[in-house]
Amino acid sequence: MHELAITEQIAKIANDHGEKNKATQITDLYLVIGELSTVIDDSVQFYWDLITENTLCEGAKLHFKRIPAVFRCRDCNKEYNLDQGELTPCPHCQSSSMDILQGKEFHLDSINII
Amino acid sequence: MVKNVSVVENIHSANDQLAAEIRQRLDNASVFSINIMASPGAGKTSLIERTLHELAALHEIAVIDGDVATSIDADRAAEAGATAVQINTGGQCHIDANMLRIAVNELDLANFDLLLVENVGNLICPVSFQLGTHKNILIASIPEGDDKPYKYPAMYQDVDALIINKIDLLPYVDFDMAYFEKGVQLLNPDLVTFPLSCRTGEGIQAWITWLTGFINNPKTT
Repeated sequence: MHELAITEQIAKIANDHGEKNKATQITDLYLVIGELSTVIDDSVQFYWDLITENTLCEGAKLHFKRIPAVFRCRDCNKEYNLDQGELTPCPHCQSSSMDILQGKEFHLDSINII
Repeated sequence: MVKNVSVVENIHSANDQLAAEIRQRLDNASVFSINIMASPGAGKTSLIERTLHELAALHEIAVIDGDVATSIDADRAAEAGATAVQINTGGQCHIDANMLRIAVNELDLANFDLLLVENVGNLICPVSFQLGTHKNILIASIPEGDDKPYKYPAMYQDVDALIINKIDLLPYVDFDMAYFEKGVQLLNPDLVTFPLSCRTGEGIQAWITWLTGFINNPKTT
């Protein structure tokens, strides 16, 4: 159900920008989604086709750009990633204190219009 | 001809904007507010009842209860001395800022100094939808198991305080507190934590002291 709400928000933002730019059709949406954002591409795609009927977005393709999560250890300052999707202590010094540098992105970057 | 139009807009921007409006209204009325999140059965309503038991005589408290269906929780909050508003999300797995705004409209904020929002029982979705409340609170409970921080990292990352409920059950279940705390430390190093039992009352005072420290304009005479 979470994905439905998200899909509606994506459609609204795209439609608003399409209208503002006097589009007759929106053909592509370029989404940027961080690895730490809890959203499932397939579910968004599933809802997309249902909710965009008879709107500017009807038939538009969704493109997902996934941004990998990057952490920086607060103790040894080295950077690391998720280990097979799981968050672990710093693989270099085992410290569990870190900052998230990227991976929480969640935005609509651009749209293609006609 | 196809033309590319730059958007660069956060997908939650509409929700976040409404959340900012709610925060403004709460601030204008000097109402301190918390958003309580947890899995189903962790003790959200029990914590609210305990909190009301301690504070209902000292503060004017409103409770907004989010549930997929029924008004059981709002009824419990009303019985415990709060003004309660129920949100039925109609199947949705979380409260969003628009639902909260509609519920807040039913309250005369000038009459309250504390607002407790009980989110839908779920460890995934609520964290993506900011509500404009001042603090996000997570309740973990002992029977859920010690692996929850590892399984639901986003929830643990974005909260301001963690309540560990049902500590009276520690002798009866396999819950490795050190393993649990290591996971929490990994995700949210500065998180303030309150181990307590809503059933026995153990540990409640520390939570109440922390909470009331934020209420700066009590409205009860």
